[in-house]
Amino acid sequence: MTTLKTKVLPADGHLAATSSGARARHTPLMPSAGMRRVWLTLLGWGIALIIFFPILWMVLTGFKTEAEAIADPSLIFTPTLESYVAVQARADYFKFAMNSVVVAFGSTLLALLIAIPAAYAMAFLPTRRTKATLLWMLSTKMLPPVGVLVPIYLIFRDLGLLDTRSGLIIVYTLMNLPIVVWMLYTFFKDLPRDILEAGRMDGASTFQEVVYLLLPLTLPGIASTGLLSVILSWNEAFWSLNLTSSNAAPLTAYIASFSSPEGLFWAKLSAASTMAIAPILIFGWLTQKQMVRGLTFGAVK
Amino acid sequence: MKFAYAFPLAGLAAAFATAAQAETITVATVNNNDMVIMQSLTSAFEEAHPGIRVNWVVLEENVLRQRLTTDIATDGGQFDVMTIGTYEAPIWAERGWLVALDDLPEAYQAEDLLKPVRDGLSHNGSLYALPFYAESSMLYYRTDLFEEAGIEMPEQPSWEEVREWAAELHDPANQLAGICLRGKPGWGENMAFVSTLVNTFGGRWFDEEWNPELDSPAWQEAIGFYVDLLGNYGPPGASSNGFNENLALFSRGNCAMWVDATSAAGKLYNPAESQVADRLGFAPAPVAETPKGAHWLWSWALAIPASSEKQEAAQTFLTWATSQEYIELVGETQGWTSVPPGTRESTYANENYQREAPFAGFVLDAINSADPTDSTLEPSPYVGVQFVGIPEFQSIGTQVGQTIAAALTGDTDVEQALQNAQRATARTMQRAGY
Repeated sequence: MTTLKTKVLPADGHLAATSSGARARHTPLMPSAGMRRVWLTLLGWGIALIIFFPILWMVLTGFKTEAEAIADPSLIFTPTLESYVAVQARADYFKFAMNSVVVAFGSTLLALLIAIPAAYAMAFLPTRRTKATLLWMLSTKMLPPVGVLVPIYLIFRDLGLLDTRSGLIIVYTLMNLPIVVWMLYTFFKDLPRDILEAGRMDGASTFQEVVYLLLPLTLPGIASTGLLSVILSWNEAFWSLNLTSSNAAPLTAYIASFSSPEGLFWAKLSAASTMAIAPILIFGWLTQKQMVRGLTFGAVK
Repeated sequence: MKFAYAFPLAGLAAAFATAAQAETITVATVNNNDMVIMQSLTSAFEEAHPGIRVNWVVLEENVLRQRLTTDIATDGGQFDVMTIGTYEAPIWAERGWLVALDDLPEAYQAEDLLKPVRDGLSHNGSLYALPFYAESSMLYYRTDLFEEAGIEMPEQPSWEEVREWAAELHDPANQLAGICLRGKPGWGENMAFVSTLVNTFGGRWFDEEWNPELDSPAWQEAIGFYVDLLGNYGPPGASSNGFNENLALFSRGNCAMWVDATSAAGKLYNPAESQVADRLGFAPAPVAETPKGAHWLWSWALAIPASSEKQEAAQTFLTWATSQEYIELVGETQGWTSVPPGTRESTYANENYQREAPFAGFVLDAINSADPTDSTLEPSPYVGVQFVGIPEFQSIGTQVGQTIAAALTGDTDVEQALQNAQRATARTMQRAGY
């Protein structure tokens, strides 16, 4: 572990030197380093723009009239809220949004509650079969969901879980569990076992060990795992469309209701989509530091 | 210890489930304009029937079809009213998935429903769905361009004439296509149109023994004609155009002619949605060898799944949404061009409608002259003009649609495409046990 770290540090130092303007001023490489920085910045912005462009276009289209939305693409138009008004008149956004929030956070919480003990056991008390178990868990993600639609639909029908938020929470929890366990497992594994052992020497129970040592030390990792799970649940469309009808329908069902094979719908669909992604976009923006920190946590090994 | 913490949270999650309200019916429908109007008039229904509340589930056509099929095939009981088409109604009725609507109230005037539409939604003499709106297909053209070129539209145009006009009017430099037709693959997209073309060229999907006839001379001729016409005089990228794309093209003035659903007429006549509202002409769908099956018949209808536990309330809603009274309500509140067309004789007898919708007579004639039970020159074993009323047709139609789209883009030649289509269809039919 220590040898690895010493190898990494100089690389970090070198990176900081080339990307820092202050440092570059004192080196003979100044002009090319400066140019390189400008080019990299431009490239970064270019890639960001390409990735962001569809979202930008969707937001713009939401403020157009239906006729403008299908006309030749243009950036010059008089913004109107008519699509937003039409969309809100047809379906109550807040009902769908509330379902999305409850289901996304509920399933994430439940998944973390199950996955933290599981990942703890696999990371710190591995057996001969741990690796195989982990792989098997991941393999469940390889089955196309439609393959189990009918059995799940029948089970849900018999348990009265169709069109309920608890039903969706259960499905999303099961859906995200493999990823959550895997992520937590890698974060936990990075934690030196000595720390937990020291806690045990001081007389901590397993529960105390997890709550007072493991969780605080891996919080960035747990947070980013949770955020990923929230985003995955928020965006999930297959199960939410198939297992809900009206009471528990989340925002994905809301968006789906505005696409049509007949008549003009692009502006309304864009307005609905903008409203549907707005909460998660703001949430992601507010937590991006946490996300990046968690995702790169232990990345340099 | 861990479990003690997990349980209260699971309980909390379960508590979020919303309790169902009594006598609330759930109506599943597509996001088409007429259904949006129906949804906006819900309060009128709830005022007239205080004991019933309506919940809406609105989805895109293909998503809805898949969603409803899952629910009805598993007896899920999630919906009390389903929006289905003429394709599903008899097939689902045969499987006992739908409630027969034999005891409709006298005031509903079931005999006022147009006969071909009513027949299309019946199985073994019983009605299983009530038509919400119905459509056939017809030819739209630009009167200004026709006048300029000195072309007079005959009472019944032929496909050969249409080809000549398309060649004459085609002007890609000015972004004007001679003709716009469906090219996007799908049994309800390009194949709806292509089937009518094959019908009028004298072809059929299957002979009386259920042997596919996709490599017959009639199909070769029809598809060759289609590829030539749309490939040479169509808009760029025609193979990705469905109803919506062509509607947008025509209403922006990019097509001289368009053959598609009669339900587009109201939209094309609406100056707020269409730039060609004042230059719009219409004619019956063109014919070739035979007038049989040259224009299609489709209706969107409301049905009650057998799994619904609120069948009585559902029927009350059904008879309201498809009644003459509802049509008048739409006419008065939304304007007469917005009324759901093609379902009732009384709509076409209405003076307001006749005045506001000059296309009314054409639509009525087209629907009344479409006969799903006799739509091919030589007899065929199936019901349906632009589709074959068997469960296998969804996959067959979509697969054949893809091979025809490939012929349109030039990826394969017509003969090869039809041979592929014939082989694939024969295989599917054999597997299905025909």
